Amino acid sequence: MTAVRIEGLTKKYKDVTAVDNLSLTIDKGELFSLLGVNGAGKTTTIKMLSCIVSATSGKAFLNGNSINDDSDKIKSIIAVSPQETAVAPGLTVKENLELMCGVHGFSKEKSKSKIAELSRLLSLDEIIKKKAGKLSGGWQRRLSIAMALISEPEILFLDEPTLGLDVIARSELWDIIRDLKGKITIVLTTHYMEEAEALSDRVGIMRDGKLLACGTPNEIKSKANTENFEKAFIKIVKGEVI
Amino acid sequence: MRMIAFANRNTKEIIRDPLNLIFGLGFPLVLILLLSVIQANIPVELFQIQRLTPGVTVFGLSFMTLFSATIIAKDRGSSLLQRLYTTPLTAVDFIIGYTLPIVPIAVVQCVICYIAAVFLGLEITVGVLYAVLFIIPVSLLYIALGLLCGSVFNDKQVGGICGALLTNLSAWLSGIWFDLDLVGGLFKDIAYVLPFVHAVELERSVLNGDFSNVFEHLWWVLAYAVVILIVAILTFLRQMKK
Repeated sequence: MTAVRIEGLTKKYKDVTAVDNLSLTIDKGELFSLLGVNGAGKTTTIKMLSCIVSATSGKAFLNGNSINDDSDKIKSIIAVSPQETAVAPGLTVKENLELMCGVHGFSKEKSKSKIAELSRLLSLDEIIKKKAGKLSGGWQRRLSIAMALISEPEILFLDEPTLGLDVIARSELWDIIRDLKGKITIVLTTHYMEEAEALSDRVGIMRDGKLLACGTPNEIKSKANTENFEKAFIKIVKGEVI
Repeated sequence: MRMIAFANRNTKEIIRDPLNLIFGLGFPLVLILLLSVIQANIPVELFQIQRLTPGVTVFGLSFMTLFSATIIAKDRGSSLLQRLYTTPLTAVDFIIGYTLPIVPIAVVQCVICYIAAVFLGLEITVGVLYAVLFIIPVSLLYIALGLLCGSVFNDKQVGGICGALLTNLSAWLSGIWFDLDLVGGLFKDIAYVLPFVHAVELERSVLNGDFSNVFEHLWWVLAYAVVILIVAILTFLRQMKK
């Protein structure tokens, strides 16, 4: 079953083409990573798929809903954990989660049970009463992912979820993401090759808005004729692999 | 329901900032006390408590502009708005959610000023009640200005534009601190084209039971509030789609 179908998606900002005729499909329950250097078009792709910016041309369907015509429906089935930590700093962890329950129209009972469930899943109990703005980067990311998961999304976009985290915090977040694999469709962007290789079912490598390669990490390595995923990425991005 | 959840969050963010409480509620109070002391030593008609209090309550609303502008600008600067854009919240939810929490704060600020004024000799009349009531449309004007500034400027620029420029503009051109007839000419003409002096005269009129000119001033205030609010909404929507 296809969760995301992208057909010739393009985004132009004046004379800059951020995403250029992108086409790909992502299966339900798959963890798909979009890789690329800065300005490759990863975040713009996520913004178009999550209906934050409109596409200049092309189509995309999320669980059958068009990003061009069904943005309200799409907003009810997706969640985004943006590149920067997106939490309300003056609110406690619990209040941040309550905010997300509220904006999704949950009843009091459902809010209570979802907050308890996610606090358990992401081990937030010990910081539940702390202000989000006072938390470390790792805890803020954890909260950010909890806020994304609270709406029970069918498709989750994680935009560089481990950016700037220390090794331990990153490893803990990887475990959380691994736990989610198969349960929901995840589209992840990252600059960390080892992260993409460890977590992804498939990866797509972008440069200058174009998709250069797409496949499992092993297929990518095989295509670049190397055993090292990072080297494979570099060879593909530098155009050394046809 | 969704909008209320968002408005609740904004209320908490505003009232939990001690600087907001000091400037929003404390500063107008200090002004009333200080100028009443000056008035006791050097009597000036402008600073008689029944003329001073309506002026200070309107001047205090400059901080409501600052509150609304700061919270929007900060949200725009963080990724929180990006996250919320991907939820079922609509543009109307955002605008009302930012506006609604500040109206009661404005009313509380006004009530505190009048309580202080009563202790300083203001006669308790039904005019006090009207003055508190009419502060609501005036507060909409100042909140709309904040929505506009917050949608255009970043949080640092907002501090300068709303915290300094707009506060001074609303002070000089409102007839609170000096009689505009003393300057006269073009200065006075400009002041009467802008809404600030009308807001102050509206409040003075209702407090003192003079309802003959109330609607003339009210229309000026409401017309500016509506126009600025529409521009703010359009600007906010443009920012949403960026």
